[in-house]
Amino acid sequence: MLKRISALVLAGATALTLAACGGGAGPAAGGGDGALVMGFAQVGAESGWRTANTKSVQESAKSAGVELKFSDAQQKQENQIKAIRSYIQQKVDVIAFSPVVESGWDTVLKEAKDANIPVILTDRAVDSEDTSLYKTFLGSDFVEEGRKAGQWLVEEYKDAKDPVNIVELQGTTGSAPANDRKAGFAEVIAADPKFTVVASQSGDFTRAKGKEVMEAFLKSNPDIDVLYAHNDDMGLGAIEAIEGAGKVPGKDIKIITVDAVRDGMQALADGKINYIVECSPLLGPQLMDLAKKVVKGEQVPARVVTEETTFTQEQAKQALPTRQY
Amino acid sequence: MNAVARHRLFWPAVTLAGLLLLNLVFTDHFFSVQMKDGHLYGSLVDIVRFGAPLILVATGMTLVIATGGIDLSVGSVVAISGALACLRISELGDQGSVGGVLAAVGVALALSLALGAWNGFLVAGAGIQPIIATLILMVAGRGLAQLVTDGQIITVNSAPYKLIGGGYWLTLPFGIVVVAAVLALTVFLTRRLALGLLIESVGGNAEASRLAGVRARGLIVTVYAFCALCAGVAGLMISSNVSSADGNNAGLWIELDAILAVVIGGTSLAGGRFSLGGTVLGALIIQTLTTTIYSIGVPPETTLLFKALVVTLVCLVQSPAFGRKAFHRRARPASPRPAPDEKVKVTA
Repeated sequence: MLKRISALVLAGATALTLAACGGGAGPAAGGGDGALVMGFAQVGAESGWRTANTKSVQESAKSAGVELKFSDAQQKQENQIKAIRSYIQQKVDVIAFSPVVESGWDTVLKEAKDANIPVILTDRAVDSEDTSLYKTFLGSDFVEEGRKAGQWLVEEYKDAKDPVNIVELQGTTGSAPANDRKAGFAEVIAADPKFTVVASQSGDFTRAKGKEVMEAFLKSNPDIDVLYAHNDDMGLGAIEAIEGAGKVPGKDIKIITVDAVRDGMQALADGKINYIVECSPLLGPQLMDLAKKVVKGEQVPARVVTEETTFTQEQAKQALPTRQY
Repeated sequence: MNAVARHRLFWPAVTLAGLLLLNLVFTDHFFSVQMKDGHLYGSLVDIVRFGAPLILVATGMTLVIATGGIDLSVGSVVAISGALACLRISELGDQGSVGGVLAAVGVALALSLALGAWNGFLVAGAGIQPIIATLILMVAGRGLAQLVTDGQIITVNSAPYKLIGGGYWLTLPFGIVVVAAVLALTVFLTRRLALGLLIESVGGNAEASRLAGVRARGLIVTVYAFCALCAGVAGLMISSNVSSADGNNAGLWIELDAILAVVIGGTSLAGGRFSLGGTVLGALIIQTLTTTIYSIGVPPETTLLFKALVVTLVCLVQSPAFGRKAFHRRARPASPRPAPDEKVKVTA
């Protein structure tokens, strides 16, 4: 609650800045001849990931010739509902939004449906029985991310005979990325009994907690071969703990993380992380493609997974100079 | 024996010992402390090292609570201080320059002091209730920290800055040295000089102390400023430990842990008396509990429940009213020991 309020203060400032920018860009965009108009209701600006997400949507709208009406919900569902209603009144061609919460969208989505405006969900899903209320859901598949991490591990240790001891740093307990990344990873490594997760604790997705938990792991488990962290930041904290224990991260203990933010990619390029599964906020171009198809009335799949890749140390060195976030 | 059991630090000490005993049984090598790369290394060292920021924040909190106040804003001050220091260091041409790092640390601590003085002014000058006065900064402060960091995580690569929270000095973690120094100073000021007595008298009855010639206002402002300064140093430690500042998460909910540490240590929330030793014990209990959870492998889904159980237990054994009731009920039907002995224990 309090975190939300403080984010609100920040989001308010961001909204002001955005409004100022929008004023300047308005006439240019309005000059389009029958260009596609998209209303986009963003969650807020709570993290670097989200900021990159917003930027991606705005930039790809510009390059795809889509007129974007952008609103920032400041983490509040009622703001998002208000924004969607105003998009309906303005008769935009398509509405896209990242739902703040999962439930409570049926009424406003029905209004959009009655007005014949297609809706695309991005990044987060809604929990509604009526799937005709939206055309498609574009976002990451967290379970698949966990699987990719597991597959690299299986490949890396395919010739090893000895048991492989894995420690896991989970994300915030109960959050969808934490649950799904754990499940996907567990599913893949279950195929071979030589892989055992000897310890698994929550590091709350933060560096400080990642370091603290890893320190404890290192002391209670003398033989750790692999660390699997649900995001880069916890992995970065753990690297410090491993170095403090006199071991070499990336060599003595192999490290796999998820996200591929800049600092993580840097550590990967430096050889301290071995493998990163990307969770990309840059879904703007895919969103614009989908929007155009939906407006033309073409069929689109109900679930579109964000185009995401994985990075080895070599790939990180190449990708790093052009990394946007 | 009874005198020992009645000492107000008896139960906190028993709890801490109990937690350590739990580790002795469940975790191998928990008590082994080795030398590694020229510094001490082991679970016990970790407890003190990761507990250092909490001990600091709780020390400041103890004095604030002794005046009958409370400071909810320490978590935000932790975030602001770390964020500002990291921002200044990241702007340095040479991040390894000692002068630049000292300047950054100085600016961060000066801002912390100012924020604390602001809290003190709201409480003592404007007469706003402490919980509300500090709530303002708790909420706005985190927004401020996010503004400083621009909502991103600032990573620095500075050896001198790293020393504060992650470095070692004479084989000891540097953070522990800082905490020991601050504690020694605080104990000297409050227990060797009259300051502690004055703080307690303000906490007991601010108006009466003022009439008795104690400058209550100045004292309250000083205490809040000191509390924020402690939080500022803790913020430097936390961000230095991971060489980065995270405006969203640094020091999140540390105010609650600090208040808990103070209360476990036997300081009354009503103000008027305090125990710095108890606070240190309380903070160590909380950190040992956290480390225990990681070491013995309590599943993350049940971590909070486990913590809640231990804390409830600690609070119950410390409550005189509960003690009387529990002993009476259990002692009568199935007491293995003779009744008189039991009675002496209860009524004493």
